[in-house]
This record gives sequence, structure tokens and C-alpha cells, in this order.
Amino acid sequence: MRLSPFNVVSLTLGFVFLYLPMLILVIYSFNASKLVTVWAGFSTKWYGELLSNDAFLDAAWVTLQVAVLSSTLATVLGTMAAYVLVRGGRFFGRTLFSGMIYAPLVMPEVITGLSLLLLFIGIGMDRGVLTIVLAHTTFSMCFVSVVVSSRLMTFDQSLEEAALDLGASAFEAFRLVTLPIIAPAVISGWLLAFTLSLDDLVIASFTSGPSATTLPMKIWSSVRLGVSPEINALSTILIGLVTVGVIAASIASKQSALRAKRDEQAAARAQ
Amino acid sequence: MRRRLLIAVPYVWLLALFLIPFAVVFKISLSDIALAIPPYTPTAKDGIWNMLTGLDFENFVFLSEDDLYWKAYLSSLQIAFISTLLTLCVGYPMAYAMARAPEQWRPTLLMLVILPFWTSFLIRVYAWVGILSGEGFLNQFLLWIGVISTPLTILNTNTAVYIGIVYTYLPFMILPIYSALDRLDGSLIEAAEDLGCSRIKAFWLVTIPLSKNGIIAGCFLVFIPALGEFVIPSLLGGSGTLMIGKVLFEEFFSNRDWPVASAVAVILLLILIIPIVLFQRNEQRQAEAEK
Repeated sequence: MRLSPFNVVSLTLGFVFLYLPMLILVIYSFNASKLVTVWAGFSTKWYGELLSNDAFLDAAWVTLQVAVLSSTLATVLGTMAAYVLVRGGRFFGRTLFSGMIYAPLVMPEVITGLSLLLLFIGIGMDRGVLTIVLAHTTFSMCFVSVVVSSRLMTFDQSLEEAALDLGASAFEAFRLVTLPIIAPAVISGWLLAFTLSLDDLVIASFTSGPSATTLPMKIWSSVRLGVSPEINALSTILIGLVTVGVIAASIASKQSALRAKRDEQAAARAQ
Repeated sequence: MRRRLLIAVPYVWLLALFLIPFAVVFKISLSDIALAIPPYTPTAKDGIWNMLTGLDFENFVFLSEDDLYWKAYLSSLQIAFISTLLTLCVGYPMAYAMARAPEQWRPTLLMLVILPFWTSFLIRVYAWVGILSGEGFLNQFLLWIGVISTPLTILNTNTAVYIGIVYTYLPFMILPIYSALDRLDGSLIEAAEDLGCSRIKAFWLVTIPLSKNGIIAGCFLVFIPALGEFVIPSLLGGSGTLMIGKVLFEEFFSNRDWPVASAVAVILLLILIIPIVLFQRNEQRQAEAEK
């Protein structure tokens, strides 16, 4: 099929709409003027100010800790949940279980945040890094489990059965056969959980206490006052990191697909 | 034994941190506000029986009598509905063009759609503040090309909220529609055209109905989160923008009225159950159709 002029126009306008706002943000982070809409020459001074601002660095450190801890926990729990959903067969309360996996995906953040906060207060738990980790783990494990279970559904169960027939224990079969096959899905689940945690403002605001401020909370309190060049600089750094990460991941997955294809061809020749 | 453990760990986790918190919200929505810590009464300290008999629907009666809440729910529904339609109008042509693009371009196009999704939501909304403000880039541009003579007021209006929602949720609309169109058998459209359909008629009679599931999925994926949205109306909307997520946040943090905030959450949840159930039915139908 060929693209009609209408197709070309809608793609071009669509991508301009998606990318122009971020491009403007990146360009104006190098603006020398404090006035964000007037260009006054190239400067990197806002980056310098950002890096000497302890409050931002502390918040970034808290955010990173929360993201690493919660995404790792969420990956373990989410993979378990996916395995139970796809391979677990029937068990008591299965409908409730799958409901609890899918509901958080569409639950408004204000409700999740409010309910967790009321729980933490109800049981007298001090709010801080730990409570944010618990909250993030809970909603991101559901995303992990959706990603992993879609991979589990498409893979050939007879491979697992073969391992069991050949004398592997259930755990060995999982570790040696299932896990290597679903690994790409587990890794993308982890990455998804990690970015969800890095990005979250609403749930973190509800579940954190005075001792822990995450980066989105810090950004929020300063953007409420309007546009600031420091936030532009911070945004540029974050956009840059994500872009590099996503492009690297896509190149890596392309190469591993190529390698798998070569292996298959080599195996076919060997036969 | 091991299987039981495998089921129990995620199960108990979700029960404790997803289901029980809702029960707590529900209970507090039936309590009264109090000047204490925690700021509501009765609590479990009063004994279970006293706690249960002390609950009533007063907060819900209060909500139904106050115009503010009615208006907030209705205007959230309206804003979510309009922005879903707008997102569909922007997203469908893009998904359609992507599905018609040459095979070797598609992975790149797909990545370009997904990339913003990985970028911070907050930053993407914030980017529009500088564009839409009175002396922002959009006004500067429009003044420069001479379309307008005085700056438009866009920031802090509902228009800005629509733009923000369309912008941030666009990938959620494009991806399901693209995957439906991608599976569509091109020979069906050729057949329709051979049988005398005009191009546009073939599009309406063949392409649109066959991508229906993608359209439905995309619309729900935008509508459901937009309904409870907090960040976009707070940052881009004005004092006149009433959205229930914002009302809940303010009721809780500014007014510190926990029972009313909980009641607001319970009603929002009840409203959301309808689209969520419809969405899951659509997904199930699609999964069965693929089998």
C-alpha cells in the first residue's frame, strides 16, 4: 500500500504535536535568560544551578531508591502472579485474584493513593520511603504481571513438560526452561515498573511523609508557581536519559532477534 | 505445597494492599469528621459494635445536597468524554497512516509513538504551560503571523485541559487502533472497491467496522484515567475547571475532611465500574475472537 497525501499530513502533524512541546522545553533549558519565553543566548548555567541544588539531588536519590526497590519487588510478585494466572489452574478465589490484578491498571491514582494512606494511618505505620515502596510495588506488580502473562500464554508448554519428564523438579523446570524464555518480558516488566515509579506524583504525595520527598513531588511544588528554567534543565536531563535508554533497548532487542534467527538457520543447516 | 505458596504470596499482598484499603475507605466514608487524630469518628478503639452502629450515610447525603459535587462529577464526565472524542479524531488518522506505511518504517513509527509514554507524564504536561500561557509560544506565533491581534487566554481554561489530555493519552489511543488495523486484511478493501465502493465508502463500510474493537479499547483507555485525572486540571485548568480528582485531592489535603474525601472516592469508584466492566468485556470478546 502507498501513503496518500492525507496519511503523510496526519503523520507529520501528529508527530509534530507529540514532539514539539518537548523540543521547545529542551531548547529553552539552554536559554541564558530567567524569562522562559525570551531567548537571550546559549548558556548551561541552569544545569549548574540544578546540580548544586541539594534539595533536588536529595529528591533524586530518594526517587531512585524507591524505583529500584519497588520495581524489583514488583517484578518478583508480578511474575509469580502471572505464572499463577496462566499456569495455576483452578483455585479458590481465582476470579477475585484476576480482578485484583486488572483493577489497579485502570484505578484513578487519587483513589489508590487515598486508600493506601488511610490504611497506613489505620495501622499506625510511619510514612516515608518504605510506604512509598509498598504503594508503588502494589500497582506496578499488576503491570508486570500483564506483560509477563501475555508472554507466558504464547509459549509452548510442552517444553516445560519435557523438562519435567526428563527429571527436573518443578522449580528447576521454571529456572532452566521457563525463565530464560520469558526473560525479555520480565525485563520489560521491570523497566515498566521502574519508569512508573520514577514518574508517579499522586500516589507518592499521598503515601510519603515529611521525611521523604520524591523528584516528581519536588518538580510539582515548583511548577505550580509557573515555568522555571531549572525545571526545564531537569526535564531535559530526564528526557535525554529516557531517549537513550529506549533506543539502546530497541537496538539490543533487534540484535537478539537477529541472533536468534541466525541460530535457527544454523540449526536448520545442521539438520 | 510450593504451588500454594506461589499463589498465596501475590494473593495476600494484593488483599492487604489493594482490597483492604478500599474497605477502609468505605468505612471512613460512613464516619463523621472529628477534631482528633485520626480526624474521624468512630474508630475501632470504641469497640467493634459501637463502631459499626456509629456509621451512617450522612456524608453521601451531604454530597448529594451540595451543588459543587454534582457539578464536579458532571463536568469530569463531560471533560473526559470530549477529550476522548478529540483524542480519537487525532489518533485514528495517525494509526491509519502507520498501518499503511511501508513495512520497514513501522517499527520506527511505533517507537516514536511509544517513546513519549516512557517520558515523565508530569514533564509532558508541564511543557504545555510555557506554550499556552499569555506570553507563551503559541500566542507569540499567532501574533507574529498576524492571525490574532491580542493574546488568547488558553492556559487555565478547559481548552488547555482538553489539549493536555489529548497530548498525554494519545499513545493509548493510537496503539490499540494500530494493532487492529495492522491485522486487517487489505484484500477486503480491494474487494469492496472492485465491487463498486468508492474509497471513502469502503473506508466507512469495511475499515471502520473491522477496527471497531481497537477504537473501543482506545476510547476506554483514554476515558477511564481521564475521568479521575488530577495533574492535568490542576496544572493547565483554571479555578473554573471542576474535576473530581482535583476536588478529592483538595478535600483531603486542604480541608482535611477525610470522611467526605472518602465518600467522593467511593462515588467516583461506582461511576468507574460501568466503563471498566464494559472495557473488560470488549477485551474478552477480542481475546475469544483471536482464538
